[in-house]
Amino acid sequence: MARAGEAEATLEASAGDARAKASRNAALRFGGVALALAAVVIVINVFSHGSFLTPGNLTNVLRQITYNTILAVGQTFVIITAGIDLSVGSLIELTGVVMASFANAVPLDNGLLLVIATLAVGLAVGCTAGLINALPVVKLNLPPFITTLAMMLMARGLAFKLAHGRPVPVDSNAFDAIGIGFLFQGLLRPLGLPGLPIAVLWMVAIVAVFAIVLGRTRFGRYVFAIGGNEEAARLAGINVALCKTLVYVISGGCAAVAGLLLMARFSSGSPNTGIGSELQSIAAVVVGGTSLMGGRGSIIGTFLGALFIGLLNNAMNLLGIESYTQDIVLGAVIVAAVIVDELRKRYLT
Amino acid sequence: MPEREPLLVMTGIVKTFPGVRALDGVSFDVERGEVHALVGENGAGKSTLMKVLAGAYRADAGEVRVDGSAVSIDGPRAAEALGIGMIYQEFNLVPHLGVVENVMLGHEPLRGVFLDRKKAREETIAGLAEFGIALPLDLPARRLSVAEQQMVEIAKALVRRARLIVMDEPTAALTEREIDALFGLIARLKAQGVAFVYISHRLEELPRVADRITVIRDGRTIETRPAREMPQDEVIRLMVGRPLQSHFPELPPVPQDAPVVLDVRGLCAATGVRDVSFAVRAGEIVGLAGLVGAGRTEIVRAVAAADRPSAGEVLVHGKRIEAHGPHRAIEAGIALITEDRKAQGLVLGMSVRENTTLAHLELFAPHGLVERKAEESVTNAQIAELRIRTPNGEQVVRNLSGGNQQKVVLAKWLIGNADVYLFDEPTRGIDVGAKAEIYALMVELLRRGAAIVMVSSELPEVIGMSHRILVVGEGRIRAEFGRAEATPDKIIAVATGVAA
Repeated sequence: MARAGEAEATLEASAGDARAKASRNAALRFGGVALALAAVVIVINVFSHGSFLTPGNLTNVLRQITYNTILAVGQTFVIITAGIDLSVGSLIELTGVVMASFANAVPLDNGLLLVIATLAVGLAVGCTAGLINALPVVKLNLPPFITTLAMMLMARGLAFKLAHGRPVPVDSNAFDAIGIGFLFQGLLRPLGLPGLPIAVLWMVAIVAVFAIVLGRTRFGRYVFAIGGNEEAARLAGINVALCKTLVYVISGGCAAVAGLLLMARFSSGSPNTGIGSELQSIAAVVVGGTSLMGGRGSIIGTFLGALFIGLLNNAMNLLGIESYTQDIVLGAVIVAAVIVDELRKRYLT
Repeated sequence: MPEREPLLVMTGIVKTFPGVRALDGVSFDVERGEVHALVGENGAGKSTLMKVLAGAYRADAGEVRVDGSAVSIDGPRAAEALGIGMIYQEFNLVPHLGVVENVMLGHEPLRGVFLDRKKAREETIAGLAEFGIALPLDLPARRLSVAEQQMVEIAKALVRRARLIVMDEPTAALTEREIDALFGLIARLKAQGVAFVYISHRLEELPRVADRITVIRDGRTIETRPAREMPQDEVIRLMVGRPLQSHFPELPPVPQDAPVVLDVRGLCAATGVRDVSFAVRAGEIVGLAGLVGAGRTEIVRAVAAADRPSAGEVLVHGKRIEAHGPHRAIEAGIALITEDRKAQGLVLGMSVRENTTLAHLELFAPHGLVERKAEESVTNAQIAELRIRTPNGEQVVRNLSGGNQQKVVLAKWLIGNADVYLFDEPTRGIDVGAKAEIYALMVELLRRGAAIVMVSSELPEVIGMSHRILVVGEGRIRAEFGRAEATPDKIIAVATGVAA
């Protein structure tokens, strides 16, 4: 027993080391992205004659990445289970069109109630689509690439049909606040800031909530376990089918929230705003260090990935780089980020 | 006229893996047109020897001569060029391709850059006819029966002009009539000068098919004799050979009044479990013995609802488990420690802590969020108790040794205080020291009143670590032995179907 006690004592000590090491690993994981960010930021600021590092511009970047970040949060859950969700871009459109039509159709004078009811409808549509994505995956073992590809086509087709091929303008102005509104304008103006965009607050809230869900709850742990070894997870008594269903439902729900914010921003639900968004979200997830093989990743990483891509896009605009060149650079950056991550994994752990 | 050299002579073959001397100077030869049976216990070195012959492994020492000249077989192509064909237990057919495409795979006749389908078909038909094999040519391989797939494998070897065909457990999945057909084909091919190395656990069929028998044990050749001079009981004696090692702990006797903990009644499953019934009492270890593929793993998996049972019931402490997947069995107190820890037991990319708590995470999340401190203290206690050699609980289990990985699997189930532990090959591939620790742990579980079922392919282990032994064959329990009456010979005789 004495020996066991001793062993325990050393273990206590080494658990402290372990925590230090874990945080060092985390620092390395995020440190890479952060370092790249810092380097890019400085270079760009020099070349854009200082117009990049202004509070106004940075606020703008945050607002621009809001939609992609929210999509990428849901996508992160899916990708950690070694799945993929190609339908999120179309679901922005479908939920946007449905929510705009709904908001126009219901006679609700209270603006807040209207927003809540509209969001509920959008979430119902998005989560149902996620459920439909998941069922063939968990019941018939179909590849998620196929089921979400089918959903991508169907949701976009349905959005166009419902909207008769045109954007659906929103009559009520109840959505203006979340679309283009700012908080703390008076407080922040002296600092040269236009205020805090309300949409950005939504993003921050979603990132925070799902970072906790993924990092601290049983469900989050199960998501990692399923992605790491699905059979071992099943034999450990984890309800694999339920967990996998939930990740697609979360992804569909995130698409609905992004759909609401986009609809609010443009005061209309449009059936073609989401084209390519699914790939943007996957790019953010991958650049943020989540493995497409499953089992590894984080929400904070995804946020940094989306931020990095957003800053890069913004910088290239400021530098007057034409959009074709921007695509080439973005593609190269994605591959480079994954290569760096792969090398880090190989040599630093 | 000088005596012709044998077709194949392997002399003094040595092959070591980290920590294991798999082949320790094996010698083996095959004459033209001969069927030479190679027998031995699981792990005796048969497969390793054949992989050396096939070029899958390079021997560390020793010589291989074909037709009297020394050869170096450095890959499957080299083996093929020498006329050596391998038919593994798991066939290597492309499931969606037809018979012709499979037979010709890698040797497709061409016309310019294009495949010459007509010629491929003609050559296949000619080859099959030459050896009297009938097969439906247009069906994809996945639609063929096991026997037909085997014929495709044989045809593949023959089309490549194989003069020596190695068959690993060819009759394991065949019916009696299919076995007759296979033996007929072997006889015809022998008459044409083709030789066979025949690996089988089914000792009763050796007199029908083999000309000579070689027994290997612990990586050494024990004896080679003509089949008719080697009766079955002699083969068994040579296979088992060594006296039982006594590194097993003393098993505490099962108390007279010990209650039945696990009661399995008429259990059937689509995986090949047929009407299995047995009971295990508190403080008792029941060993499941049998050949590889006999259905032992399938039985414990069905008990733990890892595979869905199709009939029968499982009771723990008299309460029936609704078989809705593993979580119900776990709730009822059943822990399955799987055979393949890497594929089924562990999430290799997760830490020791995360693996340890995975099956019982609800214990660490009373308010929704997982409490890391609680996880750490329980994990550290397990690391200390099981002496898991790891720097700390945050080590990724992929980086641990096999024995320590196995201990992490055990820790995962120990923290749940299960009533029934199903151990499937608990000591496979781990070193002697870790083995002893796992045996000691099993005894400790008995003292706590657990019921244990242990599947093991090592006969000494089954006999040394079980109160009772059930011998499994073809998914059924064929016989039961008490510890005192069990001998390796008896168990092998029942397992191989020699005795009922």
